Amino acid sequence: MSTATIDLEHHGEHEHHGPPKGLKRWLFSTNHKDIGTMYLIFAFTMLFAGGLSAMAIRVELFLPGLQLLEPDLYNNLVTNHALIMIFGAVMPAAAGLANWMIPLMIGAPDMALPRLNNLSFWILPAAATMLILSFIVPFFPGGGTQINTGWTIYPPLSVQVGMSMDFLIFALHMLGISSVLASINIIVTIFNMRVPNMTMMRMPIFVWTWLVTAFLLILVIPVLAGGITMLLFDRHFGTSFFNAAGGGDPVLFQHLFWFFGHPEVYILILPSMGVLASVVPTFSRKPLFGYSSLVGAMIAIMIIGMVVWAHHQYTIGMSLGAVSYFMIGTIIISIPVGLMVFNYIATMWRGAMTFETPMLFAIGILLMFSFGGLTGIMLAVVPADMQYHDSMFVVAHFHYVLMPGAVFGLFAGVFYWLPKWTGHMYDEKLAKLFFWINVISFNITFFPQHFIGLAGMPRRIVDYHAMFTEFNVISSIGGIVFGLSHLLLLYIVIKTVRGGKQAENKAWEGAKGLEWELPSPPPFHSWTTPPKLAAS
Amino acid sequence: MSSAAHHGPTDYYIPDSSPWPIVAMLSIFLMLSGTALTINAVGAGVWMVLAGFVLLMVMFYGWFSVVIKENLADRYNEQVDGSFRQGMFWFIASEVFFFLSFFGALYYIRDIALPWLGGEGYLGVTHEILYKQFEAMWPSAGPGQLGGEFKPMGAWGIPALNTLILLTSGATVTWAHWGLKEHNQKKLVWGLAATIALGLIFVAMQAYEYYHAYGELNLTLKSGVYGSTFYMLTGFHGFHVTMGTVMLMVILVRAMKSHFSPHNHFAFEAVAWYWHFVDVVWLGLFVFVYWL
Repeated sequence: MSTATIDLEHHGEHEHHGPPKGLKRWLFSTNHKDIGTMYLIFAFTMLFAGGLSAMAIRVELFLPGLQLLEPDLYNNLVTNHALIMIFGAVMPAAAGLANWMIPLMIGAPDMALPRLNNLSFWILPAAATMLILSFIVPFFPGGGTQINTGWTIYPPLSVQVGMSMDFLIFALHMLGISSVLASINIIVTIFNMRVPNMTMMRMPIFVWTWLVTAFLLILVIPVLAGGITMLLFDRHFGTSFFNAAGGGDPVLFQHLFWFFGHPEVYILILPSMGVLASVVPTFSRKPLFGYSSLVGAMIAIMIIGMVVWAHHQYTIGMSLGAVSYFMIGTIIISIPVGLMVFNYIATMWRGAMTFETPMLFAIGILLMFSFGGLTGIMLAVVPADMQYHDSMFVVAHFHYVLMPGAVFGLFAGVFYWLPKWTGHMYDEKLAKLFFWINVISFNITFFPQHFIGLAGMPRRIVDYHAMFTEFNVISSIGGIVFGLSHLLLLYIVIKTVRGGKQAENKAWEGAKGLEWELPSPPPFHSWTTPPKLAAS
Repeated sequence: MSSAAHHGPTDYYIPDSSPWPIVAMLSIFLMLSGTALTINAVGAGVWMVLAGFVLLMVMFYGWFSVVIKENLADRYNEQVDGSFRQGMFWFIASEVFFFLSFFGALYYIRDIALPWLGGEGYLGVTHEILYKQFEAMWPSAGPGQLGGEFKPMGAWGIPALNTLILLTSGATVTWAHWGLKEHNQKKLVWGLAATIALGLIFVAMQAYEYYHAYGELNLTLKSGVYGSTFYMLTGFHGFHVTMGTVMLMVILVRAMKSHFSPHNHFAFEAVAWYWHFVDVVWLGLFVFVYWL
């Protein structure tokens, strides 16, 4: 990418059509930047919705005993928090980054299938409505019971839940349709829309991570769709997929769910790892270390990640051979993941580093995601997992993986590209303040949960033994600060959109890549003819 | 947006903005939320499903009309054609994995879950405690014999005939494709018509098979796990064949209007790919559901 020279003259000849006026611009859009913006706004909204449910959970757990939530409502909140954060916040935010950046990075005019792109986005608000309906339906007379299953919706419990489960199943179907359509679009864009001379091995790593992510989505989301369809039929039409009396097996659902669920973890994390590949070289002022090994690591993660799902199910009683296989496979994944982390560290090594906010988040990821990865290896070990299973230790583990691993990467990406999107530099002081409040309160929230988990506090239960009180108090205080800190992020983003120091085309001194050759903000149509990229 | 119209074919193409994605979203939302209400016996649900379905048809008609008109106006370049092709390929790939989840369930139940219930392996404890009388064999309605005694569907009657029909239809659609490439309108139209006829015969035979299963074999959706997997796999496949037949009908109408040329007929090929995909799934069904 460093050799990119752009023929902007030719590009300048074309008249630039402004965006259509009013609501039509957003409802009928075929513009990747507008759709990307809508994705990001939607994800931000859902981040607050999911955050509210998380804060309700932490308030409830502040002290032992029932504080303000009924047990079923508590479990409903746990279910909703997970689904909103995963499907409503992280995935759409990553898709927003993909929409904004992939066409700019590969010199494409737009996504390959712009109308389909609009459909992928607009299904999301409808799906979110269904998801929220599944939460509120039980409050109405005749609405049935709360969804007390957690996001994994294991039968037989999920077969017994009332009609809200049907809304949840259909919400998942819609989210799945949206993801598959978006993934088709992203793969086709990457394969078909690159500028001449941009070979696969010259694409920015962010584009590579999204290619791998999109592959994973196309392969695993339909399996989830199949699983929840069987669940729907078991609930209403008398089939016996998950009913032992009819020859079925509830464990079958767990296999189908985690065949989707484990790759989902990589779906959430990989785009953020791709953001790092842009951020770390920029602020280290050095080329990315080990480009091809990063690509290889990603492909290895994709392949191995698809065949280790049952490490989520050690305690269901699999044969010794099966658990051994899943344990070894899971531990092997730490090699390519570790390789990615080491590559980023090697990129920083002896670089002329500066610590703007995106870089702070990047370093935060490397430290805390690695920590979450290490607790992951603890959980991958079968005899140890028999103790940790369904404890708060697991909660601490996956929040260390998903908050720093996925969400910090998205924050890093937002701060890194915000000048490109809005044309304004954000307030660096406030952003750094946000980083420190965010990262410290995150650790206060989740670090103690390792201890209470190892000491035996189970997750997804509204009450706990008095011996866990102190750590839960600390965790809850941290959680409230952590939740509120995102209001500061909202303020910074709004302030940047409204004004601020004009950003140059190349907003960061050390930045490389096609996206920085365009003005900030880029014109409504970035390229109408392919930009010229020098042969390497 | 209108920039696309006055650029040559070497330029990038960006489609005009379109209301159809929003209509598609509304129709999906109406149909799915309506279904959720209907299966929980809330009366208004049926009307939502109907309204959603009508909207869906309007959406398909409107969206595809726009695309066809743009294509006939020669606004698509080779790159757009490539995007359509690759998009269709990955769509079919996702469909393959949807079917794999059901084939996977069938495999898991036959080779892992049922032997456990029959007392094999160290999970045989379920057998010891709950289902001592149960012998694991296929087909099975489980230890509870849910849905009552039933007879399984044989492979060498209608299913074998259906295999022949679908394989023949794969050949006729290829024959039509040859006709299209040779500029032979007659060959194209008759090839397509024959494919559609075979598709309709297939669906009719499947419908008769279901009727026979319910009426004479007592094989229902509730016949334990055999009934579940049988109807789920054949049902989803039958649904796809029906969709494919409708798609072929649209292609037939367009072929009669001379929409296709030997070099520009992506829609035809997309539907032909889909048809072959449905064909291949059927072979899997025939082997694993009916035969083995």
